This record gives sequence, C-alpha cells and structure tokens, in this order.
Amino acid sequence: MATTETSPVGGRFVTPFVKLLLAIWALGSAVAVVRFTRGLGAVSAMNDGYPWGIWIALDMVVGTALGSGGFAVALLVYVLHRGRYHPLIRPAILTAALGYTAGATAIVFDVGRYWNLWRVPVAPLFSSGGRFGWNFNSGLLEVALCVMAYTAVLWVETAVPVLEGLEAGPPGRLRSLAVAVRPALERSLPVVLALGVVLPMMHQSSLGSLLLVATTKLHPLWHTPLLPLLFLLSCVGVGYAAVVIEATFSGAVFGRPLELRILRELAGVMAALAGLLVVVRLADVTLRGRLPLAFAPSLLSGFFWLELALTGAAAVLLWRRRRAGTPGALVRAAGLLAAAGALYRIDVYLTAFDPGNGWRYFPSVGEILISLAIVSVETMAFLFAVRRFPILPRARRPAGSVPARAAS
Amino acid sequence: MVERETRGVSRRDFLKLCTVAAGAVGLPASAAEEMAAAASSSARPSIIWLHWQECTGCTESLLRTSAPGVAELILSLVSLDYHETLMAAAGQQAEEALSAAMARNRGKYVLVVEGSIPMKNPRGERVTRAADAAQAAYCRVAGKTALETTIAVAKDAAAIVSIGSCASWGGVASAEPNPTGAAGTREALHAVGIDRAVVSLPGCPANPYNLLGTVLQFATFGTLPALDEQGRPRFAYARTIHEDCPRRPHFDAGRFAQKFGDEGHRAGYCLYKLGCKGPATHARCSLEPFGEIPGAWPVGVGHPCFGCTEQKLAFRVPLHDTIEVERPTAPATYPPLVTRRGTVSPLATGLAGAAIGVLAGGGYLATRKLDASRKDGEGEKP
Amino acid sequence: MKLTRRQILKGGLAAAGAAAAGRAGARERRQPPPEAVGMLYDATRCIGCRACVTKCREENKLPFERSADGLYDQPVDLSGSTKNVIRLASDGTRTSFLKAQCMHCVDPACTSVCMIGALRKNPVTGIVEYDENGCVGCRYCEVACAFNVPKFTWEKAVPRIVKCELCRHRADPGKSGPLAVANPACAEVCPRAAVVYGTRAGLLAEARRRIAEEPGRYESRIYGEEDGGGTQVLYLTARGFSFQQLGLPDLGRNAVPAVSESVQHGIYYGMAAPVVLFAAALVAVHRRGGTDDQE
Repeated sequence: MATTETSPVGGRFVTPFVKLLLAIWALGSAVAVVRFTRGLGAVSAMNDGYPWGIWIALDMVVGTALGSGGFAVALLVYVLHRGRYHPLIRPAILTAALGYTAGATAIVFDVGRYWNLWRVPVAPLFSSGGRFGWNFNSGLLEVALCVMAYTAVLWVETAVPVLEGLEAGPPGRLRSLAVAVRPALERSLPVVLALGVVLPMMHQSSLGSLLLVATTKLHPLWHTPLLPLLFLLSCVGVGYAAVVIEATFSGAVFGRPLELRILRELAGVMAALAGLLVVVRLADVTLRGRLPLAFAPSLLSGFFWLELALTGAAAVLLWRRRRAGTPGALVRAAGLLAAAGALYRIDVYLTAFDPGNGWRYFPSVGEILISLAIVSVETMAFLFAVRRFPILPRARRPAGSVPARAAS
Repeated sequence: MVERETRGVSRRDFLKLCTVAAGAVGLPASAAEEMAAAASSSARPSIIWLHWQECTGCTESLLRTSAPGVAELILSLVSLDYHETLMAAAGQQAEEALSAAMARNRGKYVLVVEGSIPMKNPRGERVTRAADAAQAAYCRVAGKTALETTIAVAKDAAAIVSIGSCASWGGVASAEPNPTGAAGTREALHAVGIDRAVVSLPGCPANPYNLLGTVLQFATFGTLPALDEQGRPRFAYARTIHEDCPRRPHFDAGRFAQKFGDEGHRAGYCLYKLGCKGPATHARCSLEPFGEIPGAWPVGVGHPCFGCTEQKLAFRVPLHDTIEVERPTAPATYPPLVTRRGTVSPLATGLAGAAIGVLAGGGYLATRKLDASRKDGEGEKP
Repeated sequence: MKLTRRQILKGGLAAAGAAAAGRAGARERRQPPPEAVGMLYDATRCIGCRACVTKCREENKLPFERSADGLYDQPVDLSGSTKNVIRLASDGTRTSFLKAQCMHCVDPACTSVCMIGALRKNPVTGIVEYDENGCVGCRYCEVACAFNVPKFTWEKAVPRIVKCELCRHRADPGKSGPLAVANPACAEVCPRAAVVYGTRAGLLAEARRRIAEEPGRYESRIYGEEDGGGTQVLYLTARGFSFQQLGLPDLGRNAVPAVSESVQHGIYYGMAAPVVLFAAALVAVHRRGGTDDQE
C-alpha cells in the first residue's frame, strides 16, 4: 500500500554504540530487580508528596509526545491526504510503537500493584455489586484504555513492513504466514488508521486533564481548563519535531535519501503550531487573570517564561528554515520545539506541582538508570527493525543521491 | 499480734504494709485485713529455701530492708523451716531439718530457690532425665547434686518460687560459655520432665517487695499471682523500666547523655545512648526502690539499666550497647505542619545533568556534522 | 474537500474546548448520604496527648515509625504506617493542635480519579473505603487529594494505599446508630471529647451548639460544612486562629473534582466528540481508499 519505496538497511546489529546501550540496559535491569523485590522506595525518590516521578512525567508523558509523530504524520498522510509526507510515515509509526511501548513499560515499573493491571481493561466483566467497574470520571482510566488500544493499533500498523520483510525473506513457515496474513491486515487498515488518529487525540488531551484535579497543587500559571487543548497541541508539535530529528539522523546514519523539501514544509506546519501554542498559552493566562503571577519573581515564573521563550524561538527559527534550512538547522529548530514541549509537560507534572507540607522531589539514580535503560532498549529495537525490515525509504533518484552505506 | 509487736512492728504499720502489698498484687484494700489475719494465725505456710549457684545477694537484700522490716514481716508470715544462710544448724543437723520439714508439710510447703542449677555432667553434657540427676558435676551439698535436691523438694511442694535472676533463668552463671550448664529452676525442672508452674522473680538482686506480694497472696488466698509467658508475676513485670522511668521526659524531648560525665549526663538526661536496657527490661525499679531508698538503682545513680531481669539482655548484651525499644508510644514533641521531606541525591543530580548535557551537546554537535558532511555529499536544493 | 475535513477536525476540537470551559463548575452539588457518619475535631479542646495516635496504630495494626535517628515512634505526617497524626500549628504567638486523617469528603477527589473503584464512597455511610484488590498502585489518589491523605507503603514489594477508613472494621452490627457502621478508635479514647464520632448531621448540630454556647471561644465557621463540597470530618478552631493557619487548605465551596470532571465529561459528553472524530477520520481515510495522492 505504500507508494514510497522502502527497504531494510541490513548490516551488523552489534556496533560499539549498541554495546553501550546494552551496558545501560544491564545497569537498569539490576535496578529493576531491586525495585521488584524490595519495593519502589528502595530505588526511587518518589514519595507521598510527589507520587509521580520521571517514570510518569518523562517516560510516559514526554515519551508518548515524542511518539506522537506517528499520529501527527498519519493525520497529514491518511486524513488530509498530503501524500508527499509518505516517506516519513513508516519510521514515524515504528518510533511511535516503540515510544508507546516504552511508556507502557515504564508504567509497569511505576505502578505498585502491577499484577492488578489486567483488571483495568476488563473491569466491567468482573464488576459485581458495584465493585470494580470502569470509573468514567477518571481521566487516568481513559488514558490507560486509550494508550493500551493505541499501542495495539501502532503494532498492527507496524506489522505491515514487518510482514513485507518476512515475505522478502527466505522461504519457510514465517514467510507463508506473512503471505497469508497481510491481505487481511491491509483490508482492515482504514479502520486501524482512523483509530490511530482518534485514540491519540483522546489520550494526549487527557494526559493534560489528569492534573486538572490537583487544584491546590498545580501552580495557577499551569492549572487551566485548557490543559487538554494545550497538551494536544504540544503533542502534535513535539511529534513532528521528533519525526524531523529521527528522519534527518537516520537519513545521515544509514545513508538514506533525505526528503529535505518535505522536512522544510513540515517546519512551516510546526512553526504555525508553535506560534499557536504561544498565543493560546498567553491568552489563557491573561484571560484567567493570572498574568501578574508570571511577573512575580520566582523560580516558577522563570520556568513559565523559559517555556514560552523556547516555543517562541522554535516558532521563529522553524518559520525561517521552512524555505532554505539545512538539515542541521532544521534539527536544531525542531529540537528546540521538542525541548519546549518536554519542558512544558515536565513542568505540569513535576516542576509546577507542589503538594505543600514541605515535600520535594528529584529523581534518584535508580529512577534515572531505569529510564535510560528503557530508552536504550527502545533505541536498540529501532536499530534492529530498520536493519531487518523495510522501514526507511529506499534511494529513489539513481543519480545525485548518496549510495546506501550498509553499516555505520 | 502482741508477739509481733515485741519485734518492733506496730499493728498499724503491719496493716499499712499489708494494704500496700495488696495493692501491689492488684487485690482490693479489703484483702489487707485478710492478709493481716492470715499472717497472725498459727497456720503459717512452711518455706524451704534452697541455695545453689549464687551470691546470696537476694537473701541479703531481703534482710537489709529497713523500716518497716519487710524481712521480719515475711519471716513472720511464714515458717522458715530450712534456709542455709539463716539457720543455726549445720552438717548432719541441717540435713535432718530439711527432711523433717519436707515430711512434716508434705504437699503444703513452699519451695523458694535462690541460685542457678548446674546441669552438666563431668563430660560436659546436660542432664536430661531425673534419674541421671546424681551425675551432674557441680554444686554438691551433702553428697547430693543441686538438681537431685531440687527435684526431691519440688516434688512435694505446693508452690515453687524462684528468687533472683540466677534462679529465674540462670543469671550470671549462665553467661557464655556457661561451663556448668547453669539453668533456672523452671528450665531445670522442665528439662528433666517435671512440668510445674514456677513463679520467677528475676532481678539482680530481686526486689524483696515482689517476694512479699507473692508470698502474702499465697499465704492468704492459697493462689499465685497472674504470670506472664516467662513465669513472672504481672503485677511487678508487666511494664518496662522505660515506661515509668523518671528520665523519660528527656527521652521524649530527644535529650540524651552522650558520654559518661558530659553535660547531658550531669544534667540527668536520658541514658539510652549510653546503653540503657530500660526500654526492653520488665521491672518496676523506679516505682518500688530497693531497700526503700528512692533513687538507689542504676538509672537513679546515673548508670544505664543493665537489664538484670531479662534473660536476653543481662550478661549477654554488652553493658553499653543500645537496644530496640520494645513498645514505643507517642513522644512528647509535636511535628510542625510543614516538614521538609524528600531527598535530592547529588549523584542523581549529576547523572541527570550529564544525560541532559550529552543529549543537548551531542545533539548540537551532530547537527553541525550533518551539515558539514552534507556539503560534500548531496547537493542542496534551494 | 480538504477544507471541510480540516474544519471538521478543528471544529470538533473547538467545540470540545468550548464545552469543557463552558461546563466547568456547572456540575451539580453532591449531598452527603442522610445517614453519613463522620467526626468532629475541636482544636480548642485538644491537649495533644496523642492517645488517638497510639490507639489508631494499635487498632489498625500499623507498624511503628522511627525518627530520623532511628530512635522512636515519632511520625511527622500521615504515611504508609500512620493513618492519624497530631501536629502543632503556630501563628507566631499562639499554638494549636491539628489532627490529620481522612476527611471523608462528600464529593471526594480520590474516588473521582480511581480507575476501577479501589477507592469508593460507601453510598450509605459516606465512608471512603479502600479495597486493595482493585488497586493497581497508580497513586493518582495521592495526586488528587487536596488534603494529602492517601499514602503509599513505598518500602513494600507488595504495596498498598493506606488511609483512615473511620475504623469501619470496629463496627458493631449489634449496636444501633453510627456505632453499627464504624467506631473510630481515636474518638473512643479521646479524654476531652476533642474528637467526637457520630452522624454528620448530629455533629454539625453539636458543633453549632458548642459555638453558640461559647461564641468567644470559637471561630463561627465550621470547616467542612461547605469547604471543598463538604467533608464528613468537621473542624472547629479557636477564635482568631484561622483554619488556614491550622493547615487546612482553602478550597472554596466547590468540590475538588468538580472542574476536572466537568472538563472530562464536557469533552466526552455522550462520547459524541470521539465518535464524530472517528467517523470523520474513517470517511477521510476511505475517500482515497486508505492510499495517498502524491502531490
């Protein structure tokens, strides 16, 4: 169904970089053993004031925003039919599938009673006498169900190139399975693709709604009924930024053609989004009459302006790069937008969140190591997938393009 | 009564003491009169008092009580038919007194044991059968081992009381490596299969008032006081030293003597950090002073309690080691509304900084490289 | 065509946002169940003896806590092993005690956010009850509670949420009235009736009686009568010593979860927005058969 020619990169999987990732994974695994045998308190700095730490704020909330590239590009390609963005779709979907899976993994580390997680999707089946049904007042329930469903959707979408890869592989049981399954899968794709657009809009906005209930704890510069809208906008912006960064680097690292024209166009979209974010944010704070707080000399007002400055700078830079940006400049501007979005989300979940009673929080070494390990595994999975399956666009122009360097 | 008054105790004093004793064992004040009546009747219980491995400190502390003469009271409440320290007889005469006392009051006398019973035979093994009692190696009196005599006397006793830590659980003689196999009366009897209730009154020395309460109750009502799992009367051993300690406010306020002779020590601060065993020691030293002199006990004179009543502490845990608080209860300070909590580890800060730095710096350098490599690669389209 | 699609998407978003903003605060005010039980804490009568703290620990079989130097049971706050604590508030010149435990809100935030109802408000007694079998340990309740009440046993490999459940396990079905459904140990042992247990209606009457009897002694307001949508644990404070100085949050009249639930239900009103979005997306994808038009 893809019109973009894609092909596996091939080459050796275990490079020095992958060895480094393996080492980080090993360290994280050691911490994980302690976490599961001695409890959360043994490895994390989370406490009763800050019950959510970086596993939620970074791995889940920022991680899925970075993974929103899949949804954001799908929106362009399949809903708005901007077919020229098609070369970006497969790597974006793969990144999204991995990003969401990483976020879900972090959740398993984070929740205390993980063995009860199975109850969440099937709660209505086991509801008896009013106990344990779905509580539709809970934003987290919506996030949990949508993230579970969307992760499944992403893997179904990712299954297409994987099946293609298997079909191109040596004959055998796997290959015949792929040949049998792929047509059925592709027939169901429209529904899957439509779900793939709606589900992220639902849960990404709900990730913002989660903190609405913390009326006394979230700083008024951040606490607004528009939290869901701001989170939705920021996830699209951050998602595109992630796509730009990922496409540019994998193009350079694996010697694949770089669709610079597309990326520049995308920069225009991102610039508009970033500008919209700044406007909505300022309008919201002003209309709610909280603007004076932004001028109060405090660390938090500093963070507020830092977010706006990063987003604004990203908007300006992206706008200027939309016609003649070099790949490096595009990545830097996109990185700025991603950093702005990440900062906004971390601020809402941690920095601007103050439970009072003297609590404070900074992630522990154990938490950081597990986060790094999750990202390491995610990166290794990405490297493995692009080497083994047709994810990245094949060199299309016979002349003038850099020949595919198999390994680097 | 007249006879007793000639010994220097007035009826008024006697009644007063009986009331105190009744209160101590948890009986109503009316019991005091019955006690007084029982004490003046002629049917006084016979007591056989045996001494084994000990220092006689318990007897001494009993004898040295001052006004109103607890020792005299106890001794006049009972008929002390055999007591090696106090009796005039010796040798053959003493042995005859013992067997005569046993025969006269068979099944009715009270056995009081002072001192631990050595259980090891010459090969260093513990005796485990009553039939082997003669094989025990140490502490023979009149050709019989401590174990033999104890078994023989205990068999026909109406009640058995162990006075002092040695008789209760072995005392100092049972400290590692315990060469004689010293055991308390209860343990020794149980070891050879004699399953008798034994009232243990540990303490080094035991507080004579605890003996007074127990004996008064037995003499008056023929019953023994309620005991805890270790056979100690609850009226005396239910609470810990810590719970009634005069220095407790200092503990609650966090004021501790850090060294002997330091400012806190001289100011009378809590001795916990110097190794006080009070928090796990069941006794009532602060409420019922030895020899009726208030303050005349270890904590009172500035030394940590050494846990003399506790088998798990005394002569086992080093004198100045601190121990767990057995039953912590709410202290006398209050937390403020806001308490600084949560940790920020410098290592984590560094690690997070490094991760962000590598990401930002590495990312920036990589983008520079992107453009640089691009110039000699694919041509740029405007 | 493109414009229309874009409009559908943007229109949907705008509608959702507007609905959210418009409906916020419009949620109906919940009333406590008629037989709701609760406690009255009278800060002017409390002497800080902490009999309630000790008895709570005993009756709930909670482990002892240690101070930082490992010496003593000295909890500074509610925690995974402390459901009730007495703290000391000071306004600079005067001091007052504050008893902290679950407030048993009329309209609780914790039950509003709990995914499958491990925390649930009993429809008859109004007690906020916890059932660990439905708890995944996500700790959203800790984030949501404005009183910082639910706590987590961080040091356990099998952790749980710990909070006051009004000693419902001490209920005596043989008795009549409030004692049949719960019997808080703290109220039972309080030597000065600073903590009283009863029905919420009865406690409100008792609080008003105390204020009326000694108007110079109390602030005239009862904390929890209206605050945060109302709570079933009510507070009285000394005249001139505000509830905020006492450490109780200033929540206004509205229930804490009112805004979040309004926004959430506004966006998902009848699941209309997601269904419309899905239909629009499906139509859009189908229009070109799920493939793309190279432009």
